Amino acid sequence: MSEPLFRPPPPGTQPDYKCAAYGSTAKRAPDMPLVRLPLTETERRGPLFPPSHYPLITDMSKTEGREALGERIIVSGTVRGEDGRPVAQTMIELWQANAAGRYHHDHDDHDAPLDSGFRGEGRVFTDDDGRYRFVTIKPGAYPWKNHKNAWRPNHIHFSLFGHAYASRLITQMYFPGDPLLDVDPIYQAIPDEAARRRLVAELDLELTQPEWALGYRFDIVLRGPGGTPFERHGEVA
Amino acid sequence: MATPTTSQTIGPFFHFVADPAMRDLTRFGASGRRIVVHGRVIDGAGAPVADGCVETWQAVPATSERFPGWGRCATDAAGRYRLITIAPGPTEGRDGRPYAPHLAVTVFARGLLKGLHTRCYFDGEPLNRTDPVLASIDPARRATLIAAPDVTEADDHFRFDIRLQGAGETVFFELAEWP
Repeated sequence: MSEPLFRPPPPGTQPDYKCAAYGSTAKRAPDMPLVRLPLTETERRGPLFPPSHYPLITDMSKTEGREALGERIIVSGTVRGEDGRPVAQTMIELWQANAAGRYHHDHDDHDAPLDSGFRGEGRVFTDDDGRYRFVTIKPGAYPWKNHKNAWRPNHIHFSLFGHAYASRLITQMYFPGDPLLDVDPIYQAIPDEAARRRLVAELDLELTQPEWALGYRFDIVLRGPGGTPFERHGEVA
Repeated sequence: MATPTTSQTIGPFFHFVADPAMRDLTRFGASGRRIVVHGRVIDGAGAPVADGCVETWQAVPATSERFPGWGRCATDAAGRYRLITIAPGPTEGRDGRPYAPHLAVTVFARGLLKGLHTRCYFDGEPLNRTDPVLASIDPARRATLIAAPDVTEADDHFRFDIRLQGAGETVFFELAEWP
């Protein structure tokens, strides 16, 4: 008998909703314990994103022909299921601050310059081997008022769907050697050190394009099995 | 077995990827009974969650080029969201028993380190009486999962408010294969 997929997450590998050091959780984290829902057809199936409806944005370092300011980087990795199989042809949404630490967003009032060459949104799909790749610039750190001198470490937001609703994941990719990681309540809300470390990309000189851009590798594991969008999950054996 | 990657908050500035078109699940030409599901997302102090995001997913009707089955709407300054979809049909349980029509609903927001999963059922639906998920919920909290026809709007509008914390807190689920 095969091991169950969509396991309850191993202890400490996911943050709790309540986190005293992260102020915004105080009024938003539920008080009541979550109700355990065994997976049904609703949670085992998931949306399809035909690339014809969801156009690719694989190079965030250019906007309408203008080059973004900042350190150009390549980010790539593999998306796998809990069973180690690649998650093929799944959509990844990306967003991030510019090199100065400012989001191209109406509500971001940080006193740092906008960049007309940078919007900060991307959309890529994994290939049949679960691999993805995009080009962007390294995002800057920015202050966020959570506590005195609260500055977010450099990060890129990732949103993934997988092939089942229960596989949905929103996370953040961090950069190696960032001193702000040690004092960031959002990153430190993850109890397990190895789980924290897996959110930090690795500098990868194989991925680096000479005289053009440094490469960072960031691998992702989604809940449930790997496979293609057309397999119905949870019905194998 | 690989350990799933850790969740982090969506933060307040996700709107790039929240294309306003994504709130209309009928935009690719789906056929069927169109419904509007709308409501407010409220925090534990009764304040609107003005920088959140509500996603819905339904397995029925089946996803296709014409019907994504999934939609997303950012909340506005009053915490309101509004999605247009095709009325969901019943889903089939492993033992052949039907589940009442429902939407899977996920809330993402600043202050939520993980998405919050709930379900939106529809008031007056006969299958609600035998739905195994509804039956498993404390009757005092069951109403938080049921959208009511909105009498102040058209009869295809359903109101589904989401309270993240405190009095009237919405039932949220932890999804897994439980041992």
